Amino acid sequence: MSKSLNETLDRSAKALLERTTHGRQDFETLVIVPVFAVIVALFLGGLIMLATNVDLATIGKSYVALARGSVGSLSALSETLTAAIPLVLAGLGLALGFRAGLFNIGAEGQLLLGGMAAVVAAFMLDGLPWVIHLPVALLAGALVGALYASIAGWLKAATGAHEVISTIMLNLISFRLLDYLLRQPFIQKEGRADPISKSVPESAELPRLLDWLDPNLRLHAGVFLMLAAVGFVHWLLFRSKIGFAFRASGENPHAARYAGMKSGLIIVAAMATAGALAGLAGASQVLGVLDRATPGFSAGIGFDAIAVALMGRSHPLGVLLAGLLFGALEAGGRQMQLDAGVSIDLISIIQALIIVFIAAPLLVKTLFPWGFRADKKAKGGTQ
Amino acid sequence: MTILKRVPKGAAIAAALFLSTTAASAFTACQVTDTGGIDDSSFNQTAWKGALDAKDALGIEARYLESQAESDYDANLNSLQGGDCDVIVTVGFLMGDATQKAAEANPDQKFSIVDFAYDPTIPNVLGQVYATDEAAFLAGYLAAGVSKTGILGTFGGINIPPVTIFMDGFVAGANYYNAQNNANVMVLGWDPVAREGLFTNNFESLDDGRSFAQNLYDEGADIILPVAGPVGLGSAALADELGTDALKIIGVDADQYLTDPDKKHVYLTSILKRMDSTVKAVIETAQSGTFEGGLLVGTLANDGVGIAPLHDFEETVPEDLKAELAAIRAGIIDGSIKVAN
Repeated sequence: MSKSLNETLDRSAKALLERTTHGRQDFETLVIVPVFAVIVALFLGGLIMLATNVDLATIGKSYVALARGSVGSLSALSETLTAAIPLVLAGLGLALGFRAGLFNIGAEGQLLLGGMAAVVAAFMLDGLPWVIHLPVALLAGALVGALYASIAGWLKAATGAHEVISTIMLNLISFRLLDYLLRQPFIQKEGRADPISKSVPESAELPRLLDWLDPNLRLHAGVFLMLAAVGFVHWLLFRSKIGFAFRASGENPHAARYAGMKSGLIIVAAMATAGALAGLAGASQVLGVLDRATPGFSAGIGFDAIAVALMGRSHPLGVLLAGLLFGALEAGGRQMQLDAGVSIDLISIIQALIIVFIAAPLLVKTLFPWGFRADKKAKGGTQ
Repeated sequence: MTILKRVPKGAAIAAALFLSTTAASAFTACQVTDTGGIDDSSFNQTAWKGALDAKDALGIEARYLESQAESDYDANLNSLQGGDCDVIVTVGFLMGDATQKAAEANPDQKFSIVDFAYDPTIPNVLGQVYATDEAAFLAGYLAAGVSKTGILGTFGGINIPPVTIFMDGFVAGANYYNAQNNANVMVLGWDPVAREGLFTNNFESLDDGRSFAQNLYDEGADIILPVAGPVGLGSAALADELGTDALKIIGVDADQYLTDPDKKHVYLTSILKRMDSTVKAVIETAQSGTFEGGLLVGTLANDGVGIAPLHDFEETVPEDLKAELAAIRAGIIDGSIKVAN
């Protein structure tokens, strides 16, 4: 019973992963499909607004606001990048797992506990100079994220427990664990009875980059962390030996085993790396934006990052672009709500539609046959 | 000639258009909601009603931004900076830190926050707080008098002062009933001395509202006060299924008989926190230029808090009990009955 469940899960996860990883060379699936997906999603979003009695002028206004709020000003760009940082970091971790054939749903939990660890390290070690303090806090986040994720990796390697189920369960545990931790006297903020942590001291904060221009600009040094992580994951996946092992065991675990790779070790290592990146995402959020931990501080980033990784076709650069797009949608959505009075829920619908269309490339190709004909001809020439 | 005639007409139309747009954007009140959302039938909706009332009465513009998570507070406040908003109203205790940060970074911007009192006060922030325990005291007394099982229940969203003040007053009211009538009505879910009780730890989950109410009902409670914004709607759904003989709900913030019309029959009464009237008042002062930072306290005496009409229960609640409630209300206002100890 449990074995057949495992097999079904494996098969369906593999099917999803194959689509994300194998299509990467294909220019059509990597670029054209996402572009059309965004266009169709925006169009359908407009239809949904029409259906909910929003007039055409307001719809036009709301899309102008979406563009203005995401890239239309310095503060819009700052907000887009700020929102993209944790999405890209966590998305990179997930992409790495996908490459290794692991469908990790646990980024949310790894992000929460990683962020929590970063906050605790930050206020416990108050008084250190920032050159030590900040890296230590970031490292604590990455380490705890890695440890938490490797539980699921170990369960899979040692017992065959499927990572989809174990990471979902670990997420649920992390929510309650966070509630509990935030109530502990050495973590809870003085004078408060609700679950809220002490604040991050200044020397552990990721410095704001643009506050000398305007104190409201929130872009922080985590953006460098994000770019470094993109480079690192790219190197790890495509240039390093362990990355080759990840990809080999993701493509064909049996062949990898016969080639002498230790599958259990690879699973745990891949999960741990993914968890470290998710933990880093949590740490960058608390050290760069929030300054403290509260029960809902992850705000679903760990789940959105799954979409980011899938949309980026599990390629580091793709993840960066997808994360920027999602960040732009978040920042622009706020402006949309403000200028046109359109509900923020609509942005969630548009995001979901984009994912639906990206997950179904055939649907997009059917909708826009002319968008793909030219490419096919070009390909036909080389065949 | 015709051209000459047309020109002033066109100019007049242009001028009229220009005037109407400048008049419309002359004064804008912006609001940032808490995570419960603008349509929570309770906390955020009541505060937003204040902005809408001000819009109708004063002809101003009103805009809002919903926070979907706590991490949105700063981002939402940021996107309101830049001079478009004449006054920014933030709704909820949890936004206290974010509002303070924004107010200190933008000293020329007027802010007002519902449910937070700064100590010391910030010159450009007006805190709106409510002596909700006075109204909850009345509701506790009423519930104790109506309960058949002699057991009342309550639970909160998060253990923060603006939530627990409801529970404090509710327990105090029930205790006062016991002292006056030599009764022994118990309140489950909140210990005012230990400051501990039942909390859902969120202001969103209707499922939690249902399961917490179910637990209290299983322990014998037949009237429940959920203090968690939209979470209470889940409790109301349970009461609707069980029937109001088995379980009644006391609404919070708004008169939930009116804001939750599908389940209106389950509400014995509602503890009103008139955020709509204080928000409107703040917008008025901001528009007329008399805005000052500091503290605005809503009480029974100034109608900042109160309890809603009994509506469907008007017939079932005994006249004696209603008379006692009126007397207690007067006693709280003149200070002869102490709500808090």
